[in-house]
Amino acid sequence: MTELTMAKALNAALGSALAEDPSVLIMGEDVGTLGGVFRITDGLLATHGAGRVIDTPLAESGIVGTAVGLAYRGFRPVVEIQFDGFVYPAFDQIVCQVAKLHYRTRGAVRMPLTVRIPWAGGVGAAEHHSESPEAYFVHTSGLRVVAVSNPSDAHFMLRQAIACDDPVVFFEPKRLYHVKGEVDLAAPLADAPPMGLARVVRPGRDATVVTYGAQVATALEAAEAAADDGVSLEVIDLRSLSPVDYDTIAASVRRTGRAVITHEAPGEAGVGAEVAAGITERCFHHLEAPPLRVTGHDIPYPPAKLERHHLPDLDRILDAVDRVLDRPHSLAGAAQ
Amino acid sequence: MTYLPSTTADPGTDMGPVAQVITPDGERVADATLEPWLHEVGDDVLVGLYRDMVRTRRLDREGVALQRQGQLGLWAPCEGQEAVQIGTARALRAADFVFPSYRESGVQLVRGATPTELIQVWRGEEQSMGDPFARRTAGPQIIIGAQTLHAVGYAMGIQRAEALGGVATDDVAVAYFGDGASSQGDVNEAMVFAASFGAPVVFVCSNNQWAISEPVRVQSRTPLAARAPAFGIPSLRVDGNDVLACFGAMRWALERARSGAGPAYIEAVTYRMGPHTTADDPTRYRDPAELERWRGRDPIARVHALLRARGALDDEAAADIAADADRLAADVREVCLSYRTRDPLTIFDEVYAEPHAALEAERRAYAAYLDGFEEGAS
Repeated sequence: MTELTMAKALNAALGSALAEDPSVLIMGEDVGTLGGVFRITDGLLATHGAGRVIDTPLAESGIVGTAVGLAYRGFRPVVEIQFDGFVYPAFDQIVCQVAKLHYRTRGAVRMPLTVRIPWAGGVGAAEHHSESPEAYFVHTSGLRVVAVSNPSDAHFMLRQAIACDDPVVFFEPKRLYHVKGEVDLAAPLADAPPMGLARVVRPGRDATVVTYGAQVATALEAAEAAADDGVSLEVIDLRSLSPVDYDTIAASVRRTGRAVITHEAPGEAGVGAEVAAGITERCFHHLEAPPLRVTGHDIPYPPAKLERHHLPDLDRILDAVDRVLDRPHSLAGAAQ
Repeated sequence: MTYLPSTTADPGTDMGPVAQVITPDGERVADATLEPWLHEVGDDVLVGLYRDMVRTRRLDREGVALQRQGQLGLWAPCEGQEAVQIGTARALRAADFVFPSYRESGVQLVRGATPTELIQVWRGEEQSMGDPFARRTAGPQIIIGAQTLHAVGYAMGIQRAEALGGVATDDVAVAYFGDGASSQGDVNEAMVFAASFGAPVVFVCSNNQWAISEPVRVQSRTPLAARAPAFGIPSLRVDGNDVLACFGAMRWALERARSGAGPAYIEAVTYRMGPHTTADDPTRYRDPAELERWRGRDPIARVHALLRARGALDDEAAADIAADADRLAADVREVCLSYRTRDPLTIFDEVYAEPHAALEAERRAYAAYLDGFEEGAS
C-alpha cells in the first residue's frame, strides 16, 4: 500500500497503461511539456515521448475527432478535456461518433477511447470550470460513464477504463485531486472491483444515501452526524453512472426502505432522477417513503463566492434524511 | 503585408483559374500544374474512368428511382459529381483509408462496395455500409464534416504504425466533404491538426455550389482552395467535372502525403445536378438557367467526346459499358427488392463491445414482450 493523492494515483495509472500497451496514447491540451494543468500527465512525455503523449491544438472537437481516427487505426487514445465546461465543443464527436461507431458498424469498429474530465465544483473556479455534465453522457447509449471518489478507485478504474473496449467518459473530481488515500499499486488489475459495480462505503439500516464523486465524502459526513443523532445511514458510492448497478442499490433499499440520492449536478433530468425512478421500479413495495433527491439547484453554476449554496452539504442531506424518516425537519411547519 | 478580404473573387461557379485538362467539348488541353501527374495516363485508363462514371450515374439514377418507388427511405444524388468522385478515388491504393460523406456513392463503388452495401443504409436496414476495414472505406458520414477529423486522426495513426508492431507505411487517409462542410468547425479543426502534425491526409472538397439551399457565396468570400494555404496546407483548385484533372490533382496530393510532406487539399469545382437529397426541392432556390449552364459542362459527355474523337471508344465498347452499368443497376434493384430485415432483437446487439447488464435486461424484457404477441396470435 502506498499513500497517494488522487492526482498521483491517476498519473500512475496512465504511466502503467502506457508502459503495458503500446496502443495507448495520451492526447489533450497541455498534457505534454506542462504535464496537464492539474499535472495528471506529469512526466509521461519525458518517459514515453511526443509520439504517445500528444500536446494537441486547442480544439476539443479536434482532440476527440482525431482520437476517433486513431481508434480506427487500432490505438486506444486517452483524451484529457481540460475542464468539465470545455467538453461541450467535443459533445458532437462524443455522442454522434464515439458512442455510435461500434453500433453503426455492427461491431466492426471499436472505440476504446477514455475521455478524462476534471470535473465539478467546490474549488472556487471561474465560470465553465465547475460544471457537472455527466447526465448528458449517461443519456447517450454506447458510452460508459464513471465517476471516482478516492485515489484507489481513481487508479484502478482508470486502468479498467483504458482496457475497456467500449468508450468510457471518466469523471475526476477536481476537489479531490489532492486528497490522499491508500493505493495498492502492486495489486493486479484483475483483483480490483469491476468498474461497473457500486460500493457500500458505509453500512447502515435506517436509510440509504446514494451518491458519487466528491459528494461521497459529504454523504459520509452526513452519516457520521446522523449516527450521533441515533440514525444509521447506509452510503453507496455509485462509481458507475452508466450502467447503474441497481443490484447493489436495490438490495440496500429493500432493507432500509428509504432512499436519498445526492449529487452536485442540477436535479432536473439528472442522474438522481434516474436512480430515484430505478429504485421506485425495483423497490416500490419495500419503500416507506418516496426517494428524495438532494442536488445542485436548477441554475447555471453560480459564482464561486456563492457556490456553497449550490453544492448540497451535510445539512441539506440530513434534512432529506429526516423527511424520508418522517422526522421533524427544517421544512416542517413551513407554509404549504 | 496585409491581406484584405476579397470583394470580387467568386467562391462559386465561374471564378478565376480552375485547372482543367479536358474541356467541356472534349478537347484535351494542357495544364502546367497537372501535366506532370498525367503524362503516362493512356486511353485505357481514361476508358476505365469513363466506365466508372457511367456506372456511378446509372447507380445514382437507380437510387433515385427506388426512392421514388418507396423502396428507399432516402437517396443523396451525386449526378454531376461523378468526375471528382471517380477521378480522385481511382488514384488511391487499396491500403489507403477513405472517410467519405453521404454523397460519395461513386467513391464507394470504386472502393468495391457491393449492391447490398450500396443500398442498405438508404433502405433503413443498416446504419453504415458494413465493415469499414473490408474496403478501407468508412460508411457514409451524415454529420457534416465530422469525418475530416477521423481522417486526420487515422493519418496520425499511420505516422505511428510502428508503435503497434507494424512497419512504417506510406498509406494515406482521405477525407471527402462538400462546400457546406467547409463552414463547419470540425473541418477547420481538421486542417489545423493535419498541418500541426504533418499528417498524411488528403482533403477532397467537392464544391457543388449548394449546401441544400445555401449557395457557396453565403459560406465563403474566397475560393475554398484559398483557405488551405492559410492553414499551411497547399491546395489545388480543379475543374471538378474533369475526371482527368481530378485524377491528376489526387496523384499530386497523394504523392505529397506519401512522401512525408504532409497534408494536401483539393477543391473540385463541380455542380450537384439534382436535389440535395430526394427530400429536397431545388426548384425553390435554383435558377433553371444555372442548371442548363452546368449541363453543358457534363463530366461524362466530355470524356465520351474525347474518347470518340481519339477512336478509343467505338459503338460496341460504349454499348458494353452501358450494359455493364445496367447490370449494376439491375443488381442493386434486385438486392433492394429482396432485402430481408433482420431480427428485431438484433437492435440491441453491438451497442457495447463488452457485456452491459442493463441493456441485456432490456433486451430480455423486450424479447418477452414480443413473445407475448406471438403467443396471443397463435
